[in-house]
Amino acid sequence: MSKFGLITKGLLKENPTFVLVLGMCPTLATTTSAINGLEMGLATMFVLILSNIVISLIAPVVPDKVHIPVYIVVIATFVTLLQLLMQAYTPEVYETLGLFIPLIVVNCIVLGRAEAFACKNSVGDSALDGIGIGLGFTLSLTVIGIVREILGSGSVFGWKFIAGDGILAFVMAPGAFLVLGYLMVLFNKLAKR
Amino acid sequence: MEYLLIIVSAIFVNNIVLAQFLGVCPFMGVSSKLSTATGMSGAVCFVITLATVVTYLINKYFLVPLGLTYLQTIAFILVIAALVQMVEIVLKKISPSLYQALGIFLPLITTNCAVLGVAINVVTKEFTFGDAAHMLNLGEATVYALATSLGYGLAMVLFAGLREQLAMNDVPKSFRGLPIAFITVGIMAMAFLGFSGIV
Repeated sequence: MSKFGLITKGLLKENPTFVLVLGMCPTLATTTSAINGLEMGLATMFVLILSNIVISLIAPVVPDKVHIPVYIVVIATFVTLLQLLMQAYTPEVYETLGLFIPLIVVNCIVLGRAEAFACKNSVGDSALDGIGIGLGFTLSLTVIGIVREILGSGSVFGWKFIAGDGILAFVMAPGAFLVLGYLMVLFNKLAKR
Repeated sequence: MEYLLIIVSAIFVNNIVLAQFLGVCPFMGVSSKLSTATGMSGAVCFVITLATVVTYLINKYFLVPLGLTYLQTIAFILVIAALVQMVEIVLKKISPSLYQALGIFLPLITTNCAVLGVAINVVTKEFTFGDAAHMLNLGEATVYALATSLGYGLAMVLFAGLREQLAMNDVPKSFRGLPIAFITVGIMAMAFLGFSGIV
């Protein structure tokens, strides 16, 4: 696959949210507004790129039997790094995303890419794969966030253009499932054409 | 009384899947048949309760006194992975039939974010049940973990029942599979919103 293909495949063909349906918990929980979705996507991308790089480096020397625990420790290390960085530089964002930052450890996308790609490809390709899948994830979360923010509070990225409260259910739990469901339908419809 | 509040709140009001979005992947993955959903709920219930108690103790008597709380994420995920492995080995010896029934679901629990989520929540968040907000003590944490996992089981079994019915219906092509499942969960979550405010 070309270098360019590695980056763009995450957007449509191997979109982690709509096609692979991985990492649903942060997708549903943090997309109450467009900006939250974007921040969660970027945070996941950070861990994804770094863990992909390190795992592609260490994969040849890790015994097969213990590879999953080793990968999880690598991922957990970068998540802890991210936690400390965010606490230091963006404490408000850390506060909003809350529990879902440490939960990047068990995000199936990160471990999934380690298993499916990083452990058998070169460092450069793995980094590009991390960027590509990370971009796809960020894009999906932002789109879901935009839809929920428009319906739920009548604004986009905090810019309010519909007066009033909006449909509160879309900011709460049911809206997350409904919006994701309908966006998947739309994605299927468009992808098949 | 407080324990009753914890139980009602964790099962219905703040249902772990339908209100907190934890453990959605396995919830979607194994809920297409009622029997597998029940098996998975049982295994998750056991692991969440055990993992919460163990991580609570480790946090209180090891990480906090040594000032190592920033290692929570790494320590907890390792404890959970080890615990799941141990449960697997013990179960294989003691009750091979149950081990067979749970089979593939056991190792999958390590990456179920509900387990890590509850463990982290219990040691970092303040809860309000009845009186003022406070950190949970060991008894409350255990009851909270047990009730939360029962809530997981409830949501999973209900949803598996719905999905078995869905499978027999003629669903439009673009909706087939996961999209219709997500929309159904959305409606279920709406029903569970009705419980909000009772605790």
